[in-house]
Amino acid sequence: MPEGGAPLPSPPRAGGGRPLRARPAAGQAGAGPGAPPLPAGRGIAVAAGLCVAAVLLVLNLGTLAAVAFHADAPGRLGEADWAAVRFTLWQATASALISVALAIPVARALARRRFPGRALLITALGAPFLLPTLVAVLGILAVFGRGGLVNQGLAALGLPAVTVYGPQGVILAHVFFNLPLATRLILQGWLAIPAERFRLAAALGFTPADTFRHLERPMLREVVPGALAVVFLICLTSFAVALTLGGGPRATTVELAIYQAFRLDFDLGKAALLAMVQFALCALAAALAWGVARPAGFGAGLDRPVARLDAGSPLLRAQDAVAIALAAVFLLTPLAMVVTGGLPHLASLPEPVWRATLRSLMVAAASTVLALAMALALALAITRLGPRPAGALEAIGLMALAASPLVIGTGLFLLLFPLMRPADAALPVTALVNAAMALPFALRALLPALREVEASHGRLADSLGMTGLARLRLVTLPRLARPLGFAAGLTAALSMGDLGVIVLFADPQGATLPLQLYRLMGAYRMDEAAGAALLLLALSLLLFWACDRGGRLGARG
Amino acid sequence: MHHTAHPATRPETARRTDGLPARPGTGPRLPHRRTGAPRHKRSGTPSRTAAATLAAALLAAAPAAADTLTVYTYDSFVSDWGPGPQVKAAFEAVCDCTVDLVGTGDGAELLARIQLEGARSPADIVLGLDTNLTARSAATGLFAPHGIEPPALDLPIAWDDPLFLPYDWGWFAFVHDTTRLPEPPASFDELIASDVSILIQDPRSSTPGLGLVKWVRAAHGDRASEIWEGLAPRIVTVTRGWSEAYGLFLRGEADMVLSYTTSPAYHLIAEDDPTKAAAPFAEGHYLQVEVAGMLANAPNPDLARRFLEFMLTDAFQAIIPTTNWMYPAVTPEGGLPEGFETLMIPETSLLFPPQEAAAIRDAAIEEWRGALSR
Repeated sequence: MPEGGAPLPSPPRAGGGRPLRARPAAGQAGAGPGAPPLPAGRGIAVAAGLCVAAVLLVLNLGTLAAVAFHADAPGRLGEADWAAVRFTLWQATASALISVALAIPVARALARRRFPGRALLITALGAPFLLPTLVAVLGILAVFGRGGLVNQGLAALGLPAVTVYGPQGVILAHVFFNLPLATRLILQGWLAIPAERFRLAAALGFTPADTFRHLERPMLREVVPGALAVVFLICLTSFAVALTLGGGPRATTVELAIYQAFRLDFDLGKAALLAMVQFALCALAAALAWGVARPAGFGAGLDRPVARLDAGSPLLRAQDAVAIALAAVFLLTPLAMVVTGGLPHLASLPEPVWRATLRSLMVAAASTVLALAMALALALAITRLGPRPAGALEAIGLMALAASPLVIGTGLFLLLFPLMRPADAALPVTALVNAAMALPFALRALLPALREVEASHGRLADSLGMTGLARLRLVTLPRLARPLGFAAGLTAALSMGDLGVIVLFADPQGATLPLQLYRLMGAYRMDEAAGAALLLLALSLLLFWACDRGGRLGARG
Repeated sequence: MHHTAHPATRPETARRTDGLPARPGTGPRLPHRRTGAPRHKRSGTPSRTAAATLAAALLAAAPAAADTLTVYTYDSFVSDWGPGPQVKAAFEAVCDCTVDLVGTGDGAELLARIQLEGARSPADIVLGLDTNLTARSAATGLFAPHGIEPPALDLPIAWDDPLFLPYDWGWFAFVHDTTRLPEPPASFDELIASDVSILIQDPRSSTPGLGLVKWVRAAHGDRASEIWEGLAPRIVTVTRGWSEAYGLFLRGEADMVLSYTTSPAYHLIAEDDPTKAAAPFAEGHYLQVEVAGMLANAPNPDLARRFLEFMLTDAFQAIIPTTNWMYPAVTPEGGLPEGFETLMIPETSLLFPPQEAAAIRDAAIEEWRGALSR
């Protein structure tokens, strides 16, 4: 959880209250044959990281093995399954390309403009990514559906209606979900270009085109493949969105084929095989992204806010304003529809919904603590290991992106069922799986920051003999407050909205808020469901905002 | 004969999909009750159980009841708005036991869950399978004959299944809003010829979705593919489950939604909204009969059998209409709740016998997928 503004003891500082930054290259001289042996704390960090990796391997691959092992016969894939694979690849590729292409101008606009409410807008723009799919889909349809705002507007103008159902709907929804994430990832890339480079560019009289060629293009070359890969992976495992907006069985994804193998055919062998296909596709995508990405090599700056002297022309101002305005309208109107739809019913929500809310908050808190601990342990181990084992650990940390929630749930069930009553394990299992699902994002947020801390303060801490918890508390954590807060917010919000594995383990008294939302809809109570959806949206955003802000305050303190 | 087929109390004639009147003996070929293992012997005679129950009651006014009955069911049954909480309270009032209701996704996931757990399952009862699943459920060998002579059932078909007993039922139907669509199509062919838009569910992930695939097959046999190709342009979208489709329908995304003939009763009774109606189709309407059965390895077989008996009494059946929004298998003494008399009653009921339903499933889904993928 975020430290908030808690006054942490400050490590030695120099100059203007900002930490001194050692250039990584300059420090290399100290490492050589005469370097001191690894302090004890490093061994512990590596051991903890390896333990986390083991848990993740069991969760992602052990569950798959359990399902495959339980199968009576090896699975076989039919023509329909390959059609599902083809559609999945196609829609995920298209969704990733469009999301990232649209994210670039939005991220650039947000990177080089300062305006009141910018921070709030960035948080709000992140909301779609945090929403449970059902709520988001209903929000999208309130805008783009047959009776939605867009078609009402077209009808008022006497124009023919447009339909959202079909491939265009799937991609629209995936862009809605992932544009915020892609924007965030690319925005980080922009903010990582040291302000000094832009000042230099301005001093040299660079045109916007020059700036793009020398500064922005190398940065995008580094950041975009990763963003593409992440969005691709998220879209790859999509299921309910593709089905509801896809318009029919043409829009069958691999995840639906897995679902069918479990539910209709009870063909565990086929489910395991499909899950392996999904893993292979994800691994391929990740390898491709890895191969294409090139480090931009800007070196370090002084962490000054980027003052863009090159972007003052009215044309560029207008361009940025349009990008931000369009993104805000596209992302916030469906959310506004969820709010207006739910507001009248919020006060009259039945008591079980509030109980479920409390339970969801507890699960979110547990997931968050667990995810942060796991991400931190993994990240520490990664920074302390050689490139090869570190790469392997990082891959294990990101693996949950490729896993099928259904296979994880069923596999865990098979593993735990001989040992205990599934309902007794419901909340711990949910917290653990939610934590593992959010881990890729938490790890991506922590790792670069931790590498920077190690590069800039590691040697000083080493020379002072600071190891173990003292080093973590005094040196590392205070500098990680900002990414920790972000990761905590993301985990908490994702965990709030997750339905995932709970269904296999749930007992009737253990319903979470998203499950109650589905149950309300299943009991015809669409109005109360709308109220519950608003509650879920508000709490997810609030959790994210509170943790993220806590992290920022902690970073300043 | 351990089971008498009761004639349907409804005016319509039930017919099998081959056009023959439904009659006893059309159920799945399953081990007969009399040839099944005599379960009482292992678990004590009823009188001994009664004595034990009495002793337990005398010994302890203790809150901890003697036994726990574990019932696996679908999620919407256990929800706070479903029948679960009331059923639990009603049976606990008479059984001197604790009822543990476990929700496991939807009906088909329920069977998958039992298959995952196999013989080690702690469940006594599985409640929420339907006639699409009973043949496959029986084939797992995990269910035991119930051995119960049911009271007169108010089903449109004869019931003769040694493993499963029905607790409620309903007809699938397309539901519409009478203010927006005053004259709905009256058959699949009329629907195809109209410009009415519909929402349906995916048969691979949803029980009503599978029901529709069977309905088209039962009503049109060899023309099923042709019907689906005709329906394709009428379909706005196919959703994962009932909730999504119904939610979209209420938001005006389509003129009609695949649901049940009983759906309008919810709007009428709970919301005082008389504008929703189910459209009668000339071909007849496919039935869904929801059933429960006891497991061969039930930890408490006697309690399980008592629950199945209780299931067909008023105390259970009166809960069903306004929580599960289906017809009770045995109409309670007080009749159906006010409002149910307004519901559309189909002329003809369609239902594949369990074996046939299981046999044609894959082909019917493939027909659906093929026609809608074009």
